Amino acid sequence: MNLNPSPADEEFRAEIAAWMRQHLSGRFAVLRHRGGPGDEDTYPELRRAWEQELAAGGWTCVGWPQEYGGRGLSIEQQVIFHEEYARAGGPGHLGHIGEGLLGPTLMAYGSEDQKQRFLPGILQGKVFWAQGYSEPAAGSDLANVQTKCWQESDGSWRVKGQKVWTSLAHEADWIFVIARSDPASKGRHGLSFLLLPLDQPGIEIRPIRQLSGSCEFNEVFFDAAVAQAADVVGAPGEGWKVAMGLLAVERGVSTLGQQMHFAHELELVIKAAKANGRARDPLIRNRIARAWGGLRVLRYNALRMLSGDGQGMSLGREALSYKYVWSNWHRDLGELAMDVLGPEGDAPAEDFDVLRLQQVFFFSRADTIYGGTNEIQLNQIAERGLGLPREARG
Amino acid sequence: MNFSLTDEQVMIRDSAQAFLAETCSSEAIRAAMDSPQAYDPAVWQSIAQELGWCGLAVAEDRGGLGLGPVELMLVQEQAGYRLLCAPFFSTACLATTLLNEAADDLAQAAFLPAVAAGESLLSAPLPSELAAWTLPQLRASAHSDGWSLQGRVRRVPDAMSAEHVLVTAMVGDELALFSLEVQQPGVSMQPLPGWDASRRFTDLDLQDVKARRCDAEHLRDGLRRAAVLLRLYLAAEQLGAAQRCLDLTLAYVQERKQFGRIVGSFQAVKHRCAQMMVACENTRSAVYGAAALAAGAAELAALEMEISAARALATETLQFCSAEAIQLHGGVGFTWEYDPQLYFKRARASAHWLGDPDALHEQIAAQLLD
Repeated sequence: MNLNPSPADEEFRAEIAAWMRQHLSGRFAVLRHRGGPGDEDTYPELRRAWEQELAAGGWTCVGWPQEYGGRGLSIEQQVIFHEEYARAGGPGHLGHIGEGLLGPTLMAYGSEDQKQRFLPGILQGKVFWAQGYSEPAAGSDLANVQTKCWQESDGSWRVKGQKVWTSLAHEADWIFVIARSDPASKGRHGLSFLLLPLDQPGIEIRPIRQLSGSCEFNEVFFDAAVAQAADVVGAPGEGWKVAMGLLAVERGVSTLGQQMHFAHELELVIKAAKANGRARDPLIRNRIARAWGGLRVLRYNALRMLSGDGQGMSLGREALSYKYVWSNWHRDLGELAMDVLGPEGDAPAEDFDVLRLQQVFFFSRADTIYGGTNEIQLNQIAERGLGLPREARG
Repeated sequence: MNFSLTDEQVMIRDSAQAFLAETCSSEAIRAAMDSPQAYDPAVWQSIAQELGWCGLAVAEDRGGLGLGPVELMLVQEQAGYRLLCAPFFSTACLATTLLNEAADDLAQAAFLPAVAAGESLLSAPLPSELAAWTLPQLRASAHSDGWSLQGRVRRVPDAMSAEHVLVTAMVGDELALFSLEVQQPGVSMQPLPGWDASRRFTDLDLQDVKARRCDAEHLRDGLRRAAVLLRLYLAAEQLGAAQRCLDLTLAYVQERKQFGRIVGSFQAVKHRCAQMMVACENTRSAVYGAAALAAGAAELAALEMEISAARALATETLQFCSAEAIQLHGGVGFTWEYDPQLYFKRARASAHWLGDPDALHEQIAAQLLD
């Protein structure tokens, strides 16, 4: 175990920090620490421009292989990039679904033509993607997809049904969906993975207003919406494999960047506690110390996951519990933040540092639901991590 | 940056795991707990003289292996897993760390080679205060032929078998470190009864007892660093014990049937086991991360915070897992015969050594907030 960075790592860290200082300034300065979860609908135009600024600097898709136009950074360097991006207050990344999910999926399962048509737009920060997996009847039971698709005589596909909890659909240009191509199929079988432009007559996007008041999620309705024949990824009927293949990869690297945001939020809690005197309250002090310790655990969980050779650590157990741990830590932080704020938390604050804490409190209720609820996470930990019997499935 | 163990570290861990699985069955540790010296001399002889664990953290020029916190942490995790009853913690962790961090060259040269060779048993008090050995109960006075100590030394683990004990004492208003021979006139032993019989404590009453002064130049910093490292080794032991609670529980819930199915198939039980696993893995991350930091060139204040967080978490994880183990074993979990009670008692006893979670959290809070 060696947690000391190499001189080359340090140099790379300094390079990103310098680039961020220079570029996240001027008209982009207002974006610092903005656009994260709970705040994703702010400054959409400016954030699009920021994506192109990043692309011009070569800082989109840093983990993609060089043959696809990425930087081909090692895991360590990707971690450093995400840490420094977040430390500098880099805004929530509008392109993350394309960069983290669709891009790697196309590299693994897409045709040459699909790679050539879709990867450059993601790389250049110009084309934004939404993910259409969840449905009203396919939440925790994600394979229970009811949205249908069929092929017309000209080879093109039609999609009919409804997706829900679609992040940023209203800012996106394209959506990838899993839909049932075999009407007789159930569960994971008979699904296909399709790419559709969102701006077409057969698609309607309705924002969902969340308990926090903001609208980051949407319902997306498909009424014979069109996907071109060339826009099916993988073989028809094998959409589940395509959809699930890279979820695990996506989770790892950007998480250390997420933790920098968490660290920033904890700093805001500390700042608020010092300002209003709660920093002298023994119970608040205890909770702040626990939050700090919890953040260290998140960091080492991520480093273990990224070391990933199983050496000395237990068989990827930390990877199974990773989401459960960070989401509950974040929810606790939101509660601590509001307890520190006291009456100051009662109304939306003008000061963004205070508003941010209120957003953490409200939005973190979603953290333990999306991407696998706490209850589903515990099932998976018990079944895959501990070998206990699986839940009955209908 | 690399979080993986080296081949050598894996080997040390695996051999500890295998040796302890063979020698520390439930029957064996229960027999050791009931024996006068609280350990099996044959097991101890293998550890000290064949496996060489006592030399892990002793420098090579003192006859040790010159390894460090990661290796000792790995062995401690395995020792905790089996509730090893042996003077390993007192000699190879407690006294050796104090010698390494806070004692002068003369004392290191006098004691460490014999420790590394597995030929000498040492100990020191294991206080409950965060301030550890900086609040001594002893007074030292100078004589023409050396020093003599007066007062009570509290809570020395394995003192009954130790040859020498390291203690702090006040010389006027100056703090100093001493070593004293246990078998000498003026030392009277008061064995302390304990619910946790896996680690035996003794108080020592000293009446004009001869001692050698052996503090290093920066004694307070050295004692502070020793306390930090020992919290890490205790946390590792607790981690292992918590993992054992989970493993015992898993074995039980996969065998015990009610309503015609194994109880481990009920979601209420599965989720509780999953939460035990989450607690263990979080603790493992914290302890391994802290050990890696300790092995590097971390600044003492940063290391102290980090290890305090790991140790507080390990304490709470062991308390949680040992209590859950009892609950999930149902009625038999409440018996003397089944092992969860042994871990439950260790959890309680070990909660306050070198600072309880409240004190540790306050120490972190002071760094963050004051």
